[in-house]
Amino acid sequence: MARKKKRSSFQDSVLLLNQLDLISLFDSMTFGVLFIDPARRVIAINRFLEALTGYNREEVFGVHGENVIRSNLSSLDDPVGKALESDKTMILEGDIINQSRKKNPIRFTITPLKLMSGKMAGAMILLEDISLLKDLDNKIHGFSGHDKIIGHSGKMQEIFELLPIAARTDASVLITGETGTGKDLVAEAIHKESKRSRYPFIKVNCGALPESLLESELFGHVRGAFTGADKDKPGMFRLAHGGTLFLTEIGDLSLTLQVKILTVLDDKEFFPVGGSKKVSVDVRIIAATHRDLGELVRQGKFREDLYYRLNVLRLHLPPLREREDDFRLLLDHFFLEFRKNLNKKIKGFSDACLKILSSYGYPGNIRELRNIVEYAVNVCPNEVIQPEHLPKTLLLKPHTSSQTNSYGEMESGENEPKTMENSESLNTFSASGPVGWGEVERNMILKSLTKTAGNRTKAAELLGWSRSKLWRKIKHHGLE
Amino acid sequence: MKILVTIQKNEVAPRFDQSSEILITETEGEEIIGNPRIILLPGTSGEDICSLATKENISMVICGGIEETHYQYLKWKKIKVIDGVIGPYEKAIKFAIVNNLKPGAILPGASIVGEKS
Repeated sequence: MARKKKRSSFQDSVLLLNQLDLISLFDSMTFGVLFIDPARRVIAINRFLEALTGYNREEVFGVHGENVIRSNLSSLDDPVGKALESDKTMILEGDIINQSRKKNPIRFTITPLKLMSGKMAGAMILLEDISLLKDLDNKIHGFSGHDKIIGHSGKMQEIFELLPIAARTDASVLITGETGTGKDLVAEAIHKESKRSRYPFIKVNCGALPESLLESELFGHVRGAFTGADKDKPGMFRLAHGGTLFLTEIGDLSLTLQVKILTVLDDKEFFPVGGSKKVSVDVRIIAATHRDLGELVRQGKFREDLYYRLNVLRLHLPPLREREDDFRLLLDHFFLEFRKNLNKKIKGFSDACLKILSSYGYPGNIRELRNIVEYAVNVCPNEVIQPEHLPKTLLLKPHTSSQTNSYGEMESGENEPKTMENSESLNTFSASGPVGWGEVERNMILKSLTKTAGNRTKAAELLGWSRSKLWRKIKHHGLE
Repeated sequence: MKILVTIQKNEVAPRFDQSSEILITETEGEEIIGNPRIILLPGTSGEDICSLATKENISMVICGGIEETHYQYLKWKKIKVIDGVIGPYEKAIKFAIVNNLKPGAILPGASIVGEKS
């Protein structure tokens, strides 16, 4: 009797397996799956591959598979062709470039598919994102790998301490900071360190699209939802299922969409545009903005409930002018990076150049510094970068009222292995605008001295400096 | 306008940095002037194609997938890049000269299942 029951249960399972919708099954997997016919045309892709490549399955049906995954397999002796000609499964490593122009290292498993009759039916290609493994490999071998966030200033150390905490939880994170301070990098780092790292990290710029398009981009739409909607679109929430959705410039979101996002955060489900069937998703939200959301709430432009829902964990990235200790580190980092990439033999910046660079205000923060260094390395034909190799706009913009450098280590000439001995007069480049670091530093010192009622030891502690450094800076700024 | 297309057989090559064949054509208004040149590269290198594009004073690059660094470099050199294009390169050029080619376009003839655009 028991044996009969077991056999019946087994037969039920066999029947069930035959009736399974294979694509739905592959949709739940954490690697990309591509089915191609013998002519290498796409028969089907799973949801993970949609996220990995940026294409949805309907639009690439029948398209040559290589156009969808954009791998470097063709340079590896055509393994797909070999797999289609043989019975052998091939495993190899390479990379793909997605629609966002990002190159991802991938492990490919190419399995030929044959019918019972022996006829070749095509191949199944599994794509496993091995970015994390590559990062780990880099870490083991002493490289900084994915750790692209650079800084050893006190304010950045605070951020580094908060990152693992943000990565361990599943709570929403709000990253604030001026433009160019590295909000995207921090969001990606949190995702990579989190338990969701094997799933997609998808970034949506809420300020880049008009409201109606953004709604469709985020929540997807069904065919016929509006003019031009000739096929279903999954939307970023669905594509990020299991992973992280990074909503940048959240402060630019309309009130209508704010309500819809709040609903997804609370219910973990939503209706696609024009759809009548709810879609359930498991997505972590990381939001970022350069705006003051608290102020927007006060002005009635941002919903208070969404603000509190997003503001569970808050990371504020300091502007470059408040990261004095990191300036030289970042400058050297970008200089070495571009010198290597552009294969130049430049030794460094002249003193005059460093003075201009260090007294500039950097409203565009680290991104602006990076662009300036890239420009200078590109333009400089000699061994030392001179002021004339800097972007002209930089020379025209106002600098600190002080014509001297605000960085003690640069003034002393220490830690300047890449500078030239002869320096030039800066008179032509200085202006009186109070926007530079010298002014900020002066204000910082004054503020901390006011706070500590003139106690220099306590003020130095507040600033994270030694007493002697504070004394030197006080003298430098004429605050005695 | 001088257009550079990274090609593979009769199609836009799937990947910019893996292309070993380049087509360069000149247009005036909506007409192609003269015969397009096809250049076979000794190897595959995104940097070499970028360098070729600047040397040839190219105004527009049509390609498949391209890495951000190459894309930004070409943009910095004031070269318009229409990337992510899938389909026959002749159609890509035709659409481009009438200002109707968009990044990510899947052109007619790219899929065997009906025509997509």
